[in-house]
Amino acid sequence: MPTPRPELLIEMQRRMWRVRAFDERAVELRHAREIHGPVHPSIGQEAACVGACMALREDDTLTGNHRSHGHPIAKGSELGPLMAELLGKATGVCGGMGGSMHLADFSVGSLGETGIVGAGIPIAVGAGLSARVRGTDQICIAFFGDGASNHGTFHESLNLAAIWKLPVLFFCENNGYAATTSLARATSVEDVAERAAGYRMPGVVVDGQDAVAVYEVTAEAAARARAGEGPSLLEAKTYRYLEHAEGEGIPGFYRDAAEIERWRQRDPLEIHRQLLLDRNLLDAAGADRIEREARAEVDAALAFARESAEPEPRAAFDVVFANSGGSGT
Amino acid sequence: MSETRELSYAEAIHEAQILEMGRDASVILIGEDIHGLTLGPYAEFGPERLWSAPISESGFTGMAVGAALTGLRPIVDLLISSLLYVAMDPLVNQAGKLRAMTGGQAKVPAVFRCGLWHGSSYAAQHSDRPYPLFMNSPGLKVAIPATPADAKGLLQTAVRDDDPVMIFEDRNLAHERGPVCEGDAPVPFGQARVHREGSDVTLVAIASAVREALAAADDLAREGISVEVIDPRTLVPLDRETLLGSVRRTGRLVVADPAHRTCGAAAEIAALAAEEAFDALRAPVARVTTPDVPIPFSPALESKLYPSQQGIADAVRRVARY
Repeated sequence: MPTPRPELLIEMQRRMWRVRAFDERAVELRHAREIHGPVHPSIGQEAACVGACMALREDDTLTGNHRSHGHPIAKGSELGPLMAELLGKATGVCGGMGGSMHLADFSVGSLGETGIVGAGIPIAVGAGLSARVRGTDQICIAFFGDGASNHGTFHESLNLAAIWKLPVLFFCENNGYAATTSLARATSVEDVAERAAGYRMPGVVVDGQDAVAVYEVTAEAAARARAGEGPSLLEAKTYRYLEHAEGEGIPGFYRDAAEIERWRQRDPLEIHRQLLLDRNLLDAAGADRIEREARAEVDAALAFARESAEPEPRAAFDVVFANSGGSGT
Repeated sequence: MSETRELSYAEAIHEAQILEMGRDASVILIGEDIHGLTLGPYAEFGPERLWSAPISESGFTGMAVGAALTGLRPIVDLLISSLLYVAMDPLVNQAGKLRAMTGGQAKVPAVFRCGLWHGSSYAAQHSDRPYPLFMNSPGLKVAIPATPADAKGLLQTAVRDDDPVMIFEDRNLAHERGPVCEGDAPVPFGQARVHREGSDVTLVAIASAVREALAAADDLAREGISVEVIDPRTLVPLDRETLLGSVRRTGRLVVADPAHRTCGAAAEIAALAAEEAFDALRAPVARVTTPDVPIPFSPALESKLYPSQQGIADAVRRVARY
């Protein structure tokens, strides 16, 4: 199994802290109504998105979902344009047209996120087909939740990628709940990865709180896809500590505090910090510094976002079509 | 001026596809049951350019969006327009919106070929003419050829356009023959075709209603009514200038469209005339459309519903005499 190099192990912690600090700040801003519209935090799920993205190449692509701040961050996006997007500013990565649920950063291969559950999965399959037709060895990874595995697009996509052996990774971040509906209540299988068998592709369950484990299974599946051996379905068992969408008043009746506390005991940043200390890659001060630096980066991103101008009213009309005609009427 | 020869509407579509696939290696075809094409003139392109898909309209339409985002120019054969409802999310939410939602980072140069099968007893679930839905979905371009030359030229332009284009092909016209230029003959979007000039009534017609409208105009000319027949060819973008210019000259407008009546293309064009050329109108605008009923199976029922030569001529007479 491909094991990450020491500097990569340290970078993983840095990116996980970026994701967490970014999302903690986004939640605060949502409650303060400085961010408009829903915010779906990934706090608790950082190892899944960072472990997976860091196993990819820079020119590989990804599609995300509504809970997707972490994916571009994990792939290496600058934080300033992401935070400015959450605030709806002209300097936002999407010019204020997307917002929290729809970050896209083509500069790092993030093809976009969608608030329509399951909709990003076939788009990733198309990116895989495109890589094959263009003769590159890029792969595309589709991030989605356990809820999306009950959507028709998931099943159509797995079949399409399997029959054509496309370089696609299907990465399920199974946090146990589709909004408020538990996996057990909504899903015919215990492990989403079981569904891979129906499409004759590898299905792998991995501890989603362990960034190294996620990295290893993703790197292996990526190598397989790149070699033309076809897609894989990876399932990271993870958990979101906060609500489905913060600040929307979604009642918490569907899970108990003990369950949340149990998962908090296996915090991905703590687990990875311990690994870095155990392997003498960092001392405690060095590990603390990573957290401080990530928080400072988020502060700088927020300052940039706050200082940025609002988009011009015309901006909504200018991005409808690439070739002119038909817009703005 | 390149040479022309007679081709059918269906032949013209294939000619456009083959030309574009030959011109640009990023053009691929995706659709159900297209594997047979590899035996014919498409064989030269090899299996990596033709993706004969399982019955997964939502899946492969979404795939086309992903392929278009990453450097390909897919042509998706959606065969029957009523199947578009199965693929609404990738069409409306993804293809149409991703450029805007990504702040212009994305372009989605995909073509969705949608067959119109009304008039053949395919009944309610295979006979729809749903292009008005997509006129109302910002970010999608909508083209509807009514002649072989336009079938070729609009498809060539659609493939070269950097935006998602839905091109509705009226299968009632599949065997109609007409002159088509050899080689490249792209038809620009947003330019209506004035099929016939006239001074008394502007008759805007869409899809197979163009054929009926031209036949009606012949009848009306013998009665002394001079009809200008215009096919917008693209509904998004819409050639407002040509339509309004004609209405300002004639002062009378009839719109013939095989789509359903409510919120249809005819309604949009009528509203445009009312808003922008009210002072020039000398009669109420008339629409000749398909009533708002699910399309029946029985030929006895179905054949009465669509704009016909007779129905269009009657509407023009009413407007001319107003």
